[in-house]
Amino acid sequence: MIKRLFILMMLAVMAVIFLNLAGNYRENTELSRLGHYYAENGPQELGAPNLVTAVVVTYRGLDTLGEVTVLFISAAGVGLLLRRTRRKQDDEDLEQGDRAEETAGVHKPASEIVETATELLLPMVILFGIYVFLNGHLSPGGGFQGGAIIASGTMFLLLALPESHISRLMIAVIESLSGFSYVVVGVLGVLLAGGFLDNRIIDPGTYGALFSAGAIPLIYVFVGLKVGFELSAVLDRFRKEDTGPL
Amino acid sequence: MSLIADTPISLIVLCSGLALVLIGLWGMLTQRNMIRMIVGFSLTDTGVHMVMVSIGYVTGGTAPIINDAVPIAEAASRVVDPVPSALVLTAIVIGLGVTAVMLSVAIRIYKARRTLMIDECTESKW
Repeated sequence: MIKRLFILMMLAVMAVIFLNLAGNYRENTELSRLGHYYAENGPQELGAPNLVTAVVVTYRGLDTLGEVTVLFISAAGVGLLLRRTRRKQDDEDLEQGDRAEETAGVHKPASEIVETATELLLPMVILFGIYVFLNGHLSPGGGFQGGAIIASGTMFLLLALPESHISRLMIAVIESLSGFSYVVVGVLGVLLAGGFLDNRIIDPGTYGALFSAGAIPLIYVFVGLKVGFELSAVLDRFRKEDTGPL
Repeated sequence: MSLIADTPISLIVLCSGLALVLIGLWGMLTQRNMIRMIVGFSLTDTGVHMVMVSIGYVTGGTAPIINDAVPIAEAASRVVDPVPSALVLTAIVIGLGVTAVMLSVAIRIYKARRTLMIDECTESKW
């Protein structure tokens, strides 16, 4: 009872603070100085029409590297938490009931509609994911969004064909290679251009073309692959039946 | 009707975001089921993202992407602030990672205790 009262009081205080915040809010009529700099110089400096991409990949590139690291650690954490544990003798009965329950759920096949739709849509979903991360510097989108779309393709696959096997080894190899390449591109920026993750190591090319904006498409391909395979691995881990190591 | 039409769009987004933060906090504090607590966290997370996006809005601004509609010369006067958008992009991905780890902890607790109620896990209570 007293706990509920405290919770209500805390929420009321937060609500008062938020009301004050919202009451004093005035919409900006012009950009902040930093935003103004990025909007004015971003396109010429980096050759990327999408300013958000310019900020994410180059101006604040180090943050994005940290973000990719956080995602990697969380994927590793999910893998560690949901790994298959050695069955203990004491838990045998409990586990047996558990397993019967699980297999009953897993072996129920998906409906005809879901399977056919997946067969038709899966290549297109993956192609769309690749399109989104290749065009990240030109249009809304980028590595994280494209990676999420690829992972939703994996989700499709797991829904329609729950038995399908996803190679952990392939996921690990592609993920590590793209993460490593991302850092290599960043270090090349120190050696060949203005600093870590500077995208001008490659000639910016024609403004607005697919292969332009220096290293941004390259970085987004690595980020897209890494995120896509990492999220696929997470989805695979959340499946009921563990397929064993690698 | 006209009250809504007169309110700046970013204020509507800001208020919805703050309301979502409150609903999510309420859910995290009062619910005893772990899945519901995680849903509360997700709501708070989304609310914070909405607040951040609304703060970056500039009156009459459009998406910070230079194309035929927004020529380079007019970019600085016609786009919204790209920095909060980039921060939200980062925050969404990190929120996703945190949610995934929380869900797997919930699965582990369920496997060990056969329950999702937080009241059953008394050994970590002070």
